Amino acid sequence: MSATPNGAADQPFVSHSIRLSLNGQERQLDVLPWTTLLDLLREQLDLVGSKKGCDHGQCGACTVLRDGKRINACLTLAVMCDGAELTTIEGLATGDQLHPMQQAFIKHDAFQCGYCTPGQICSAVGLVNEGRAHDSAQIQELMSGNLCRCGAYNNIRDAVQEVLGGEQ
Amino acid sequence: MNPFHYSKPVDVQEAVHLSSGASRFIAGGTNLLDLMKENISRPEHLIDITGLPLNHIQETAEGGVLIGALVSNADLAWHPLIEQRYPLLSQAILAGASPQLRNMASTGGNLLQRTRCYYFYDTNVPCNKREPGSGCPARTGLNRIHAILGASEQCVSTHPSDMCVALAALAARVHVEGRGGARVIEFADFHRLPGDAPQRDNQLADDELITAIELPADNLASHSNYLKIRDRASYAFALVSVAAALELDGDTIIDARLALGGVAHKPWRDRAVEASLIGQVVSRETFSQAADALLQDAEPLVHNGFKIKLARRGIIRALSDAAVAGERP
Repeated sequence: MSATPNGAADQPFVSHSIRLSLNGQERQLDVLPWTTLLDLLREQLDLVGSKKGCDHGQCGACTVLRDGKRINACLTLAVMCDGAELTTIEGLATGDQLHPMQQAFIKHDAFQCGYCTPGQICSAVGLVNEGRAHDSAQIQELMSGNLCRCGAYNNIRDAVQEVLGGEQ
Repeated sequence: MNPFHYSKPVDVQEAVHLSSGASRFIAGGTNLLDLMKENISRPEHLIDITGLPLNHIQETAEGGVLIGALVSNADLAWHPLIEQRYPLLSQAILAGASPQLRNMASTGGNLLQRTRCYYFYDTNVPCNKREPGSGCPARTGLNRIHAILGASEQCVSTHPSDMCVALAALAARVHVEGRGGARVIEFADFHRLPGDAPQRDNQLADDELITAIELPADNLASHSNYLKIRDRASYAFALVSVAAALELDGDTIIDARLALGGVAHKPWRDRAVEASLIGQVVSRETFSQAADALLQDAEPLVHNGFKIKLARRGIIRALSDAAVAGERP
Protein backbone atom coordinates (compact mmCIF):
# COMPACT_ATOMS: atom_id res chain seq x y z
CA MET A 1 0.00 0.00 0.00
CA SER A 2 1.52 3.29 -1.02
CA ALA A 3 2.19 5.95 1.56
CA THR A 4 0.50 9.31 1.41
CA PRO A 5 2.89 12.26 1.49
CA ASN A 6 2.43 15.37 3.62
CA GLY A 7 -0.31 17.63 2.34
CA ALA A 8 -2.58 14.63 2.05
CA ALA A 9 -5.56 16.88 2.77
CA ASP A 10 -5.47 18.25 -0.77
CA GLN A 11 -5.82 14.84 -2.35
CA PRO A 12 -9.05 12.93 -3.07
CA PHE A 13 -9.99 10.19 -0.64
CA VAL A 14 -9.30 6.77 -2.08
CA SER A 15 -10.33 3.24 -1.24
CA HIS A 16 -7.72 0.60 -0.51
CA SER A 17 -7.57 -2.99 -1.65
CA ILE A 18 -7.30 -5.59 1.12
CA ARG A 19 -7.06 -9.38 1.16
CA LEU A 20 -8.73 -11.36 3.92
CA SER A 21 -9.34 -14.91 4.86
CA LEU A 22 -12.93 -14.63 6.06
CA ASN A 23 -14.52 -17.74 7.58
CA GLY A 24 -12.13 -19.86 5.53
CA GLN A 25 -12.71 -18.05 2.22
CA GLU A 26 -10.11 -15.85 0.56
CA ARG A 27 -11.58 -12.44 -0.23
CA GLN A 28 -10.21 -9.40 -2.03
CA LEU A 29 -12.11 -6.22 -1.18
CA ASP A 30 -11.93 -2.47 -1.74
CA VAL A 31 -12.61 -0.48 1.42
CA LEU A 32 -12.67 3.20 2.30
CA PRO A 33 -10.28 4.08 5.16
CA TRP A 34 -13.05 4.96 7.63
CA THR A 35 -15.05 1.73 7.18
CA THR A 36 -14.95 -0.30 10.37
CA LEU A 37 -14.63 -4.06 10.20
CA LEU A 38 -18.11 -4.32 11.72
CA ASP A 39 -19.65 -2.15 8.98
CA LEU A 40 -17.78 -4.09 6.31
CA LEU A 41 -19.16 -7.38 7.66
CA ARG A 42 -22.72 -6.20 8.17
CA GLU A 43 -23.29 -3.66 5.40
CA GLN A 44 -21.14 -4.94 2.56
CA LEU A 45 -20.82 -8.67 3.12
CA ASP A 46 -24.26 -9.44 4.64
CA LEU A 47 -22.68 -11.15 7.63
CA VAL A 48 -25.11 -9.73 10.17
CA GLY A 49 -24.41 -12.16 13.00
CA SER A 50 -21.93 -9.73 14.56
CA LYS A 51 -24.06 -7.06 16.20
CA LYS A 52 -23.67 -3.30 16.53
CA GLY A 53 -24.64 -2.83 20.16
CA CYS A 54 -22.82 0.25 21.45
CA ASP A 55 -20.37 0.82 18.55
CA HIS A 56 -17.79 2.00 21.14
CA GLY A 57 -16.13 -1.20 22.33
CA GLN A 58 -18.09 -1.36 25.56
CA CYS A 59 -20.65 -4.15 25.01
CA GLY A 60 -18.78 -6.85 23.09
CA ALA A 61 -21.71 -7.71 20.77
CA CYS A 62 -19.41 -7.19 17.75
CA THR A 63 -16.71 -9.61 18.97
CA VAL A 64 -15.00 -11.58 16.18
CA LEU A 65 -11.75 -13.56 16.01
CA ARG A 66 -8.73 -12.10 14.20
CA ASP A 67 -5.93 -14.64 13.81
CA GLY A 68 -7.62 -16.59 16.61
CA LYS A 69 -7.79 -13.66 19.02
CA ARG A 70 -11.02 -11.96 20.07
CA ILE A 71 -11.38 -8.30 19.12
CA ASN A 72 -14.11 -5.65 18.93
CA ALA A 73 -14.97 -5.29 15.22
CA CYS A 74 -16.54 -1.87 15.88
CA LEU A 75 -13.18 -0.37 16.94
CA THR A 76 -11.21 -1.97 14.10
CA LEU A 77 -10.70 -0.35 10.71
CA ALA A 78 -11.30 -2.79 7.86
CA VAL A 79 -8.31 -1.38 5.97
CA MET A 80 -6.08 -2.43 8.89
CA CYS A 81 -7.20 -6.08 8.51
CA ASP A 82 -5.25 -6.58 5.29
CA GLY A 83 -3.77 -10.08 5.41
CA ALA A 84 -5.76 -11.15 8.49
CA GLU A 85 -7.61 -14.41 9.10
CA LEU A 86 -11.07 -13.54 10.42
CA THR A 87 -13.73 -15.77 11.93
CA THR A 88 -17.22 -14.51 12.71
CA ILE A 89 -20.13 -16.37 14.30
CA GLU A 90 -21.12 -17.47 10.76
CA GLY A 91 -17.80 -19.30 10.38
CA LEU A 92 -17.76 -21.38 13.56
CA ALA A 93 -19.98 -24.28 12.49
CA THR A 94 -18.79 -26.92 10.04
CA GLY A 95 -21.72 -27.40 7.68
CA ASP A 96 -24.64 -28.45 9.91
CA GLN A 97 -22.28 -29.44 12.72
CA LEU A 98 -22.33 -26.70 15.33
CA HIS A 99 -19.13 -25.60 17.09
CA PRO A 100 -18.90 -27.13 20.60
CA MET A 101 -19.35 -23.65 22.09
CA GLN A 102 -22.57 -23.17 20.12
CA GLN A 103 -23.79 -26.59 21.33
CA ALA A 104 -22.93 -25.71 24.93
CA PHE A 105 -24.82 -22.38 24.75
CA ILE A 106 -27.94 -24.25 23.59
CA LYS A 107 -27.54 -26.98 26.22
CA HIS A 108 -27.14 -24.48 29.07
CA ASP A 109 -29.82 -22.08 27.81
CA ALA A 110 -27.14 -19.38 27.81
CA PHE A 111 -29.28 -16.65 26.24
CA GLN A 112 -32.73 -15.12 26.19
CA CYS A 113 -33.11 -12.51 23.44
CA GLY A 114 -29.96 -13.67 21.65
CA TYR A 115 -28.66 -10.25 20.63
CA CYS A 116 -25.37 -10.55 22.52
CA THR A 117 -24.97 -14.27 21.76
CA PRO A 118 -22.80 -14.14 18.61
CA GLY A 119 -20.34 -11.88 20.44
CA GLN A 120 -20.52 -14.01 23.59
CA ILE A 121 -19.75 -17.19 21.64
CA CYS A 122 -16.87 -15.67 19.65
CA SER A 123 -15.49 -14.20 22.88
CA ALA A 124 -15.78 -17.57 24.62
CA VAL A 125 -13.93 -19.29 21.75
CA GLY A 126 -11.22 -16.64 22.08
CA LEU A 127 -11.09 -17.26 25.83
CA VAL A 128 -10.52 -20.98 25.24
CA ASN A 129 -7.78 -20.20 22.69
CA GLU A 130 -6.02 -17.95 25.24
CA GLY A 131 -5.85 -20.78 27.79
CA ARG A 132 -5.86 -18.43 30.79
CA ALA A 133 -9.21 -19.31 32.38
CA HIS A 134 -9.26 -22.44 34.53
CA ASP A 135 -12.11 -21.96 36.98
CA SER A 136 -15.48 -20.32 37.28
CA ALA A 137 -14.14 -17.04 38.70
CA GLN A 138 -11.55 -16.73 35.93
CA ILE A 139 -14.19 -17.38 33.27
CA GLN A 140 -16.36 -14.68 34.81
CA GLU A 141 -13.49 -12.17 34.82
CA LEU A 142 -12.34 -13.02 31.29
CA MET A 143 -15.87 -12.78 29.86
CA SER A 144 -16.39 -9.32 31.33
CA GLY A 145 -16.03 -7.65 27.91
CA ASN A 146 -19.42 -9.05 26.86
CA LEU A 147 -22.57 -7.58 28.33
CA CYS A 148 -25.89 -9.46 28.45
CA ARG A 149 -28.84 -7.23 29.31
CA CYS A 150 -31.09 -10.29 29.79
CA GLY A 151 -28.71 -11.42 32.52
CA ALA A 152 -27.92 -14.93 31.27
CA TYR A 153 -24.46 -14.67 32.82
CA ASN A 154 -24.61 -17.76 35.04
CA ASN A 155 -25.67 -19.97 32.14
CA ILE A 156 -23.07 -18.41 29.84
CA ARG A 157 -20.39 -19.17 32.43
CA ASP A 158 -21.62 -22.78 32.72
CA ALA A 159 -21.54 -23.21 28.94
CA VAL A 160 -17.98 -21.91 28.72
CA GLN A 161 -16.95 -24.07 31.67
CA GLU A 162 -18.29 -27.20 30.00
CA VAL A 163 -16.25 -26.54 26.85
CA LEU A 164 -13.17 -25.87 28.96
CA GLY A 165 -13.71 -29.27 30.57
CA GLY A 166 -14.01 -27.94 34.10
CA GLU A 167 -16.34 -29.17 36.79
CA GLN A 168 -19.90 -27.86 36.68
CA MET B 1 -16.24 9.75 11.79
CA ASN B 2 -14.80 12.33 9.40
CA PRO B 3 -13.22 11.11 6.13
CA PHE B 4 -9.45 10.75 6.25
CA HIS B 5 -6.47 9.57 4.24
CA TYR B 6 -4.69 6.39 5.17
CA SER B 7 -1.08 5.27 4.85
CA LYS B 8 0.88 2.32 6.10
CA PRO B 9 4.62 3.03 6.36
CA VAL B 10 7.10 0.19 6.73
CA ASP B 11 9.65 1.78 9.04
CA VAL B 12 9.82 4.38 11.82
CA GLN B 13 11.61 6.98 9.70
CA GLU B 14 8.92 6.85 7.03
CA ALA B 15 6.21 7.06 9.71
CA VAL B 16 7.60 10.18 11.37
CA HIS B 17 8.19 11.87 8.03
CA LEU B 18 4.57 11.27 7.03
CA SER B 19 3.27 12.85 10.22
CA SER B 20 1.91 16.39 10.50
CA GLY B 21 -0.23 18.39 12.93
CA ALA B 22 -3.33 17.04 11.15
CA SER B 23 -2.31 13.38 11.23
CA ARG B 24 -2.45 10.74 13.95
CA PHE B 25 -0.61 7.46 14.31
CA ILE B 26 -2.89 4.45 14.78
CA ALA B 27 -2.07 1.01 16.20
CA GLY B 28 -4.78 -0.68 18.31
CA GLY B 29 -7.18 2.19 17.67
CA THR B 30 -9.27 1.35 20.74
CA ASN B 31 -9.27 4.91 22.07
CA LEU B 32 -8.56 6.91 18.90
CA LEU B 33 -11.42 5.42 16.85
CA ASP B 34 -13.79 5.90 19.78
CA LEU B 35 -12.76 9.58 19.96
CA MET B 36 -13.17 9.90 16.19
CA LYS B 37 -16.68 8.44 16.35
CA GLU B 38 -17.52 11.04 18.99
CA ASN B 39 -16.07 13.81 16.78
CA ILE B 40 -13.57 14.70 19.51
CA SER B 41 -10.61 13.73 17.35
CA ARG B 42 -10.81 14.65 13.66
CA PRO B 43 -7.51 13.71 12.00
CA GLU B 44 -7.18 14.27 8.25
CA HIS B 45 -4.72 11.44 7.88
CA LEU B 46 -4.22 8.20 9.79
CA ILE B 47 -0.77 6.65 9.72
CA ASP B 48 -1.10 2.93 10.40
CA ILE B 49 2.04 1.92 12.31
CA THR B 50 1.16 -1.77 12.69
CA GLY B 51 3.62 -2.65 9.92
CA LEU B 52 6.61 -1.26 11.86
CA PRO B 53 9.05 -3.69 13.48
CA LEU B 54 8.16 -2.70 17.08
CA ASN B 55 6.53 -5.90 18.27
CA HIS B 56 9.23 -7.51 20.43
CA ILE B 57 10.00 -7.92 24.12
CA GLN B 58 13.70 -8.36 24.82
CA GLU B 59 16.13 -8.26 27.73
CA THR B 60 18.48 -5.30 27.89
CA ALA B 61 22.22 -5.53 28.57
CA GLU B 62 21.57 -3.81 31.95
CA GLY B 63 19.23 -6.58 33.10
CA GLY B 64 16.01 -4.75 32.30
CA VAL B 65 13.42 -5.35 29.60
CA LEU B 66 12.66 -3.40 26.41
CA ILE B 67 9.05 -3.57 25.24
CA GLY B 68 8.24 -2.65 21.65
CA ALA B 69 5.50 -0.03 21.33
CA LEU B 70 3.30 -2.36 19.27
CA VAL B 71 3.22 -5.27 21.75
CA SER B 72 -0.43 -5.74 22.66
CA ASN B 73 -1.55 -5.22 26.25
CA ALA B 74 -2.53 -8.90 26.47
CA ASP B 75 0.79 -10.18 25.10
CA LEU B 76 2.66 -7.89 27.50
CA ALA B 77 0.67 -8.92 30.59
CA TRP B 78 1.13 -12.62 29.82
CA HIS B 79 4.77 -12.55 28.70
CA PRO B 80 6.92 -14.82 30.93
CA LEU B 81 9.59 -12.12 31.46
CA ILE B 82 6.97 -9.64 32.64
CA GLU B 83 5.09 -12.15 34.79
CA GLN B 84 8.32 -13.15 36.52
CA ARG B 85 10.19 -9.85 36.85
CA TYR B 86 7.43 -7.24 36.78
CA PRO B 87 4.27 -8.92 38.14
CA LEU B 88 3.03 -5.45 39.15
CA LEU B 89 2.80 -4.56 35.46
CA SER B 90 0.95 -7.78 34.54
CA GLN B 91 -1.48 -7.24 37.38
CA ALA B 92 -2.18 -3.61 36.43
CA ILE B 93 -2.75 -4.41 32.75
CA LEU B 94 -5.13 -7.27 33.55
CA ALA B 95 -7.10 -4.97 35.86
CA GLY B 96 -7.88 -2.70 32.91
CA ALA B 97 -10.31 -2.80 29.96
CA SER B 98 -11.68 -6.11 28.60
CA PRO B 99 -9.94 -9.12 27.02
CA GLN B 100 -10.96 -7.92 23.53
CA LEU B 101 -9.54 -4.43 24.11
CA ARG B 102 -6.34 -5.82 25.65
CA ASN B 103 -5.85 -7.97 22.52
CA MET B 104 -6.09 -4.85 20.36
CA ALA B 105 -4.54 -2.05 22.42
CA SER B 106 -0.80 -1.40 22.03
CA THR B 107 1.79 -0.59 24.68
CA GLY B 108 2.52 2.84 23.17
CA GLY B 109 -1.16 3.63 22.68
CA ASN B 110 -1.93 2.87 26.32
CA LEU B 111 0.24 5.86 27.32
CA LEU B 112 -1.72 8.09 24.95
CA GLN B 113 -5.21 7.27 26.21
CA ARG B 114 -7.25 10.37 26.82
CA THR B 115 -9.32 11.11 29.89
CA ARG B 116 -12.79 9.64 30.33
CA CYS B 117 -14.13 12.87 31.90
CA TYR B 118 -17.80 13.03 30.84
CA TYR B 119 -17.48 16.68 29.85
CA PHE B 120 -14.48 15.98 27.62
CA TYR B 121 -16.57 13.32 25.86
CA ASP B 122 -19.65 15.52 25.43
CA THR B 123 -19.10 17.84 22.45
CA ASN B 124 -22.23 19.84 23.40
CA VAL B 125 -20.54 21.37 26.44
CA PRO B 126 -17.34 23.40 26.93
CA CYS B 127 -14.08 21.67 27.88
CA ASN B 128 -10.64 23.24 28.12
CA LYS B 129 -8.99 19.99 27.14
CA ARG B 130 -11.12 19.59 24.02
CA GLU B 131 -11.48 23.29 23.15
CA PRO B 132 -8.83 25.36 24.94
CA GLY B 133 -10.27 28.42 26.65
CA SER B 134 -13.90 27.25 26.52
CA GLY B 135 -14.22 26.47 30.25
CA CYS B 136 -14.46 23.51 32.61
CA PRO B 137 -17.97 22.38 33.58
CA ALA B 138 -16.51 19.52 35.66
CA ARG B 139 -15.17 21.89 38.30
CA THR B 140 -18.67 22.86 39.39
CA GLY B 141 -20.61 19.97 37.84
CA LEU B 142 -20.59 16.24 38.47
CA ASN B 143 -17.04 15.54 39.57
CA ARG B 144 -17.19 12.27 41.46
CA ILE B 145 -14.56 10.65 39.21
CA HIS B 146 -12.26 13.67 39.02
CA ALA B 147 -8.85 14.65 40.36
CA ILE B 148 -7.85 15.30 43.98
CA LEU B 149 -4.18 16.02 43.26
CA GLY B 150 -2.37 18.29 40.81
CA ALA B 151 -5.50 19.74 39.19
CA SER B 152 -5.74 23.30 37.88
CA GLU B 153 -8.50 25.90 37.54
CA GLN B 154 -8.71 24.83 33.91
CA CYS B 155 -8.90 21.07 34.24
CA VAL B 156 -9.74 18.48 36.92
CA SER B 157 -9.69 15.38 34.71
CA THR B 158 -7.80 12.17 35.52
CA HIS B 159 -5.60 9.90 33.44
CA PRO B 160 -7.49 6.64 32.84
CA SER B 161 -4.70 4.07 32.45
CA ASP B 162 -3.91 1.23 34.88
CA MET B 163 -0.80 0.14 33.00
CA CYS B 164 0.73 3.61 33.31
CA VAL B 165 0.39 3.59 37.10
CA ALA B 166 2.55 0.45 37.24
CA LEU B 167 5.01 1.92 34.69
CA ALA B 168 5.34 5.02 36.86
CA ALA B 169 6.09 2.93 39.95
CA LEU B 170 8.58 0.82 38.00
CA ALA B 171 10.44 3.96 36.82
CA ALA B 172 9.99 3.07 33.16
CA ARG B 173 11.61 5.07 30.37
CA VAL B 174 9.78 6.02 27.18
CA HIS B 175 11.76 5.76 23.93
CA VAL B 176 10.48 8.10 21.23
CA GLU B 177 11.59 9.02 17.74
CA GLY B 178 10.82 12.10 15.68
CA ARG B 179 12.20 13.85 12.60
CA GLY B 180 14.92 15.36 14.74
CA GLY B 181 16.06 11.96 16.03
CA ALA B 182 15.44 9.72 19.01
CA ARG B 183 15.24 10.58 22.72
CA VAL B 184 14.39 8.85 26.00
CA ILE B 185 11.89 10.37 28.46
CA GLU B 186 11.64 9.37 32.12
CA PHE B 187 8.12 8.11 32.78
CA ALA B 188 7.52 10.69 35.50
CA ASP B 189 8.17 13.45 32.93
CA PHE B 190 6.17 11.94 30.08
CA HIS B 191 2.65 12.93 31.13
CA ARG B 192 1.85 16.53 32.11
CA LEU B 193 -0.19 18.17 34.81
CA PRO B 194 -2.97 20.27 33.25
CA GLY B 195 -1.78 23.74 34.32
CA ASP B 196 -3.05 26.28 31.81
CA ALA B 197 -2.65 23.93 28.82
CA PRO B 198 -4.85 20.91 29.62
CA GLN B 199 -5.15 20.13 25.91
CA ARG B 200 -1.65 18.72 26.15
CA ASP B 201 -1.68 15.35 27.93
CA ASN B 202 2.03 14.69 27.51
CA GLN B 203 5.21 16.18 26.15
CA LEU B 204 5.34 14.32 22.80
CA ALA B 205 5.78 16.54 19.72
CA ASP B 206 3.41 16.04 16.75
CA ASP B 207 6.03 14.17 14.75
CA GLU B 208 7.23 11.98 17.62
CA LEU B 209 6.33 8.31 17.83
CA ILE B 210 6.72 6.09 20.90
CA THR B 211 8.95 3.21 19.81
CA ALA B 212 9.53 1.31 23.07
CA ILE B 213 9.14 1.26 26.85
CA GLU B 214 12.18 0.29 28.89
CA LEU B 215 11.93 -1.21 32.35
CA PRO B 216 15.11 -0.97 34.44
CA ALA B 217 16.27 -3.93 36.52
CA ASP B 218 14.97 -3.93 40.09
CA ASN B 219 14.42 -6.20 43.09
CA LEU B 220 10.75 -5.43 43.57
CA ALA B 221 9.13 -8.51 42.01
CA SER B 222 8.66 -10.41 45.27
CA HIS B 223 6.76 -7.65 47.02
CA SER B 224 4.46 -5.78 44.69
CA ASN B 225 0.74 -5.23 44.46
CA TYR B 226 -1.70 -3.36 42.23
CA LEU B 227 -4.92 -2.49 44.02
CA LYS B 228 -7.74 -1.15 41.87
CA ILE B 229 -10.88 0.25 43.47
CA ARG B 230 -13.82 0.83 41.14
CA ASP B 231 -17.61 0.91 40.97
CA ARG B 232 -17.92 -2.66 39.67
CA ALA B 233 -15.64 -5.66 40.03
CA SER B 234 -14.46 -5.80 36.42
CA TYR B 235 -14.28 -3.70 33.25
CA ALA B 236 -14.50 -0.27 34.88
CA PHE B 237 -12.08 2.62 35.27
CA ALA B 238 -10.41 3.12 38.64
CA LEU B 239 -11.85 5.52 41.19
CA VAL B 240 -8.51 5.08 42.92
CA SER B 241 -5.75 2.62 42.15
CA VAL B 242 -2.46 2.03 43.93
CA ALA B 243 0.73 0.47 42.56
CA ALA B 244 2.93 -0.49 45.51
CA ALA B 245 6.28 -2.28 45.47
CA LEU B 246 8.87 -2.93 48.15
CA GLU B 247 12.32 -4.40 48.42
CA LEU B 248 12.72 -5.86 51.90
CA ASP B 249 15.56 -7.08 54.07
CA GLY B 250 13.63 -8.98 56.70
CA ASP B 251 11.12 -6.37 57.87
CA THR B 252 13.24 -3.40 56.82
CA ILE B 253 12.37 -1.47 53.67
CA ILE B 254 15.34 -1.18 51.27
CA ASP B 255 13.45 0.31 48.32
CA ALA B 256 9.86 1.51 47.96
CA ARG B 257 7.63 2.52 45.07
CA LEU B 258 4.21 4.08 45.30
CA ALA B 259 2.07 5.42 42.47
CA LEU B 260 -1.63 6.26 42.30
CA GLY B 261 -4.15 6.16 39.46
CA GLY B 262 -7.55 7.82 39.21
CA VAL B 263 -6.49 10.81 41.31
CA ALA B 264 -4.67 13.15 38.92
CA HIS B 265 -4.06 14.25 35.33
CA LYS B 266 -1.11 11.83 35.27
CA PRO B 267 -0.06 8.71 37.18
CA TRP B 268 0.83 10.17 40.59
CA ARG B 269 4.21 9.07 41.91
CA ASP B 270 5.61 10.78 45.00
CA ARG B 271 9.34 10.20 45.30
CA ALA B 272 9.67 12.04 48.60
CA VAL B 273 7.17 9.67 50.21
CA GLU B 274 9.00 6.69 48.70
CA ALA B 275 12.28 7.99 50.13
CA SER B 276 10.68 8.42 53.56
CA LEU B 277 9.81 4.71 53.63
CA ILE B 278 13.39 3.56 53.07
CA GLY B 279 15.05 2.31 56.26
CA GLN B 280 11.72 1.97 58.07
CA VAL B 281 10.26 -1.26 59.40
CA VAL B 282 7.12 -2.65 57.79
CA SER B 283 4.10 -1.68 59.90
CA ARG B 284 0.65 -0.24 59.57
CA GLU B 285 1.90 2.91 61.28
CA THR B 286 4.69 3.37 58.72
CA PHE B 287 2.26 2.95 55.84
CA SER B 288 -0.33 5.28 57.43
CA GLN B 289 2.26 8.02 57.71
CA ALA B 290 3.23 7.51 54.06
CA ALA B 291 -0.42 7.76 53.01
CA ASP B 292 -0.93 10.96 55.02
CA ALA B 293 2.21 12.52 53.54
CA LEU B 294 1.23 11.62 49.98
CA LEU B 295 -2.26 13.05 50.40
CA GLN B 296 -1.42 16.15 52.43
CA ASP B 297 -2.05 18.48 49.47
CA ALA B 298 -5.13 16.63 48.20
CA GLU B 299 -8.04 18.96 47.44
CA PRO B 300 -11.58 17.63 47.11
CA LEU B 301 -14.20 18.92 44.69
CA VAL B 302 -17.90 18.81 45.59
CA HIS B 303 -18.45 15.11 44.85
CA ASN B 304 -15.07 13.42 45.10
CA GLY B 305 -14.03 14.03 48.72
CA PHE B 306 -14.47 10.30 49.34
CA LYS B 307 -11.45 9.67 47.12
CA ILE B 308 -9.08 11.10 49.74
CA LYS B 309 -10.24 8.59 52.35
CA LEU B 310 -10.34 5.84 49.72
CA ALA B 311 -6.80 6.65 48.57
CA ARG B 312 -5.51 6.71 52.15
CA ARG B 313 -6.94 3.28 52.91
CA GLY B 314 -5.90 2.01 49.48
CA ILE B 315 -2.26 3.03 50.01
CA ILE B 316 -2.12 1.33 53.40
CA ARG B 317 -3.71 -1.84 52.09
CA ALA B 318 -1.64 -2.00 48.89
CA LEU B 319 1.63 -1.54 50.80
CA SER B 320 0.59 -4.04 53.49
CA ASP B 321 -0.35 -6.65 50.87
CA ALA B 322 2.89 -5.99 48.96
CA ALA B 323 4.89 -6.52 52.15
CA VAL B 324 3.44 -10.00 52.67
CA ALA B 325 3.24 -10.94 48.99
CA GLY B 326 6.27 -13.19 49.44
CA GLU B 327 8.40 -14.91 46.85
CA ARG B 328 6.61 -15.56 43.60
CA PRO B 329 7.35 -18.71 41.64
